Amino acid sequence: MEKDKVSRRQFLNALLGTGLFAGLLGSVYAAVRYVIPPDVPEASPSMVVAARVGELNPGTAKIFRFGAKPGLLLRLPDGSYRAFSAICTHLDCTVQYRSDMAHIWCACHDGHYDLNGVNISGPPPRPLDKFGVIIKGEEIFVSREG
Amino acid sequence: MKREPVWVRILDWLNDRLQSNKLSELARKKLVPVHKHSFWYLFGGMALFLFLIQVVTGSLLLIYYRSGPESAFESVKFLVSEVPFGWLVRSVHSWSANLMIAILFVHMFSTFLLKSYRKPRELTWITGVLLLFVSMGMGFTGYLLPWNELAFFATKVGTQIAGVLPFLGDFVMKVLRGGDDVTGATLTRFFGFHVFILPAVLALLLGLHVYLVQLHGMSKPPDVERREEKTGKPCPSVPFFPNFIYRDLIAWIFVLVVLVGLAVLAAWELGVRADPLAPAPAGIMPEWYFVFMFQTLKMFPAHVGPFEGEQLAIVGFILAGLFWMFVPFLDRSSPEGARGKLFTVLGICAIAYIGVMTLVSYLVG
Ligand code: HEM
Ligand code: FES
Repeated sequence: MEKDKVSRRQFLNALLGTGLFAGLLGSVYAAVRYVIPPDVPEASPSMVVAARVGELNPGTAKIFRFGAKPGLLLRLPDGSYRAFSAICTHLDCTVQYRSDMAHIWCACHDGHYDLNGVNISGPPPRPLDKFGVIIKGEEIFVSREG
Repeated sequence: MKREPVWVRILDWLNDRLQSNKLSELARKKLVPVHKHSFWYLFGGMALFLFLIQVVTGSLLLIYYRSGPESAFESVKFLVSEVPFGWLVRSVHSWSANLMIAILFVHMFSTFLLKSYRKPRELTWITGVLLLFVSMGMGFTGYLLPWNELAFFATKVGTQIAGVLPFLGDFVMKVLRGGDDVTGATLTRFFGFHVFILPAVLALLLGLHVYLVQLHGMSKPPDVERREEKTGKPCPSVPFFPNFIYRDLIAWIFVLVVLVGLAVLAAWELGVRADPLAPAPAGIMPEWYFVFMFQTLKMFPAHVGPFEGEQLAIVGFILAGLFWMFVPFLDRSSPEGARGKLFTVLGICAIAYIGVMTLVSYLVG
C-alpha cells in the first residue's frame, strides 16, 4: 500500500512536471519568435528620380531617398553626375559631400572616400555602393546598377 | 480609562494588521560591521535610491511622451518647453540615469575589491553584475526615445556593432532594430523594452539582490576578518535600524542635492530632430559607459591572423563579461576566504583599463 502511494505521487509529479515544462518551453519559443521581426518585403524601386536638372551646381551634392535608404547624388566640378549609396560601409552612418575637402566624408568616425566612392582613409573597410545615373529630359534618374 | 490620541490608535490598528513591529525588530537585530571600509556599504543604497527616482520620473514622462518617429521628438519638445516642470522631470531622469550607472560601477568595484563575492554571497554578486548589465540596457534603450539626431546615429552605430558578432550578428542586429534599419520599428521596440520589459527584469533582480543582502548580512572584508582572528575580538558593529539607516539617509540626501543641482544647472539638451535623410553630424558618441568598449574597437587592428579585429574584440568583451560574472567560482581563494591577491590585481587592472580607454576617447576624440 505504502509503495503504491509513493508511486502515485511520483506519477503525478512527473505528469505535472512534464506538462508545466512543456508549457513553459512552448511559451518561451513563441515569445522568442515573437521578438524576431518578420520580413516585410521592402519596396525597393530599381530607379528613382534623385534631382532635377539644374538643381545642383557643379561641386555640390544632395542626399536623396532611394526606397527607404539614403543615396548621395554628386555633381562634379566638370558638371557630370555620380551617385552612391550614402550609407557608410563602416557602421551605417550617413555620409556627406564636403566641398572644402572636395571628397566624401563620414562624420561618425572620420571616414573619407574619394569621388569614385573609394575609401581612402579612416575606418571604412570598403567603397560605397555605386549607382548608375541617367538624365532623361528634366529629371536625373539613379538606378541600382552602377 | 484614558483614550490614546486618534493617530496613535490608527497606527496601532495598522501595526496589528501589518505586523510591522516584526520588521523593525529584525532591522534592529541586523548588525552592520563598522570598520575603515564601511563607507563603501553606502553605494548600494544610493543606487537603489536612484532607481526609485527613475521609476517615479519615468512614470511622469510617460504621461506626455508619445512614441513614434513622427511624434517622439515633438512630444519631448512639448514636454520641456510647455509643460510646467517638464524640463526638470526630464533633466532629473536623464541625470539620474547616468548617476545611477556611475554609482553601480563604484558599488561593483568596491564589493569586488573587498571580496564580498566570497561564499555564501556568490548569487548576490551574480545578480549584481546582471543589474549593471540591465541598467546599461535601460540607458541604451532610453537614449533613443527622444528621437534626436545624436541618439539616432549612435543607435545605428551601436546596433551595427552588435551585427559584427560572429554567426549571430545579423540575427541580433535585426532583433534589436526590429528590421534591417533603425526606423520607427526600432523606436517602438526600444520603448517597450525601456518602460516595461527591462524595468520588470530590473525590479525582479533587485528584489532578489536585496533579499540576499538581508539574508546574509554585510560581509566583512578579509583584512577585518584577519584582525578578528588575531585579536579574538569581533569587529564593532551598529544596528541596521536606526543607526545605519541614518547614514544611508545622509548619503541619499547628498545624492539628491547633487542630482537636483546638476539637473537644474545643466539641464539636459534635446538637440535636433532625427532625419534619416540628413548626413550624420560630427560628435556621434555612445553614452560614456559604453565608450571604453567603443574605443577598444577603434584601436583594435583590422585583422588579427584569420580573424577580423572587431569580431575578436567583441567576443573578447563577451568573454570578459562572463568571466566577471563567474568570479566567485574562479577566485579559488574565495571559499576559505583567504587572500587572493591575483583577483585584487585583476580588479585594479579592469578599473585602470576602463578609466584609461574612456579618457583616451574623450581627449583624443
Ligand atoms: C520604470 C522605470 C522607467 C520608466 C517608466 C522610464 C521611462 C522613460 C521615458 C518615457 C523616456 C522618454 C522621455 C525622454 O526621453 O525624456 C525615458 C528616457 C530615458 N530613460 Fe527612462 N524610464 C525608466 C527607468 C530608467 C532607468 C532605470 C534608466 C537608466 C539606468 C533610464 C534611462 C533613460 C535615459 C538615458 C533616457 C533618455 C533621456 C532623454 O534623453 O530624454 N530610465 N525613460
Ligand atoms: S560609420 Fe562612417 S566612419 Fe564609422
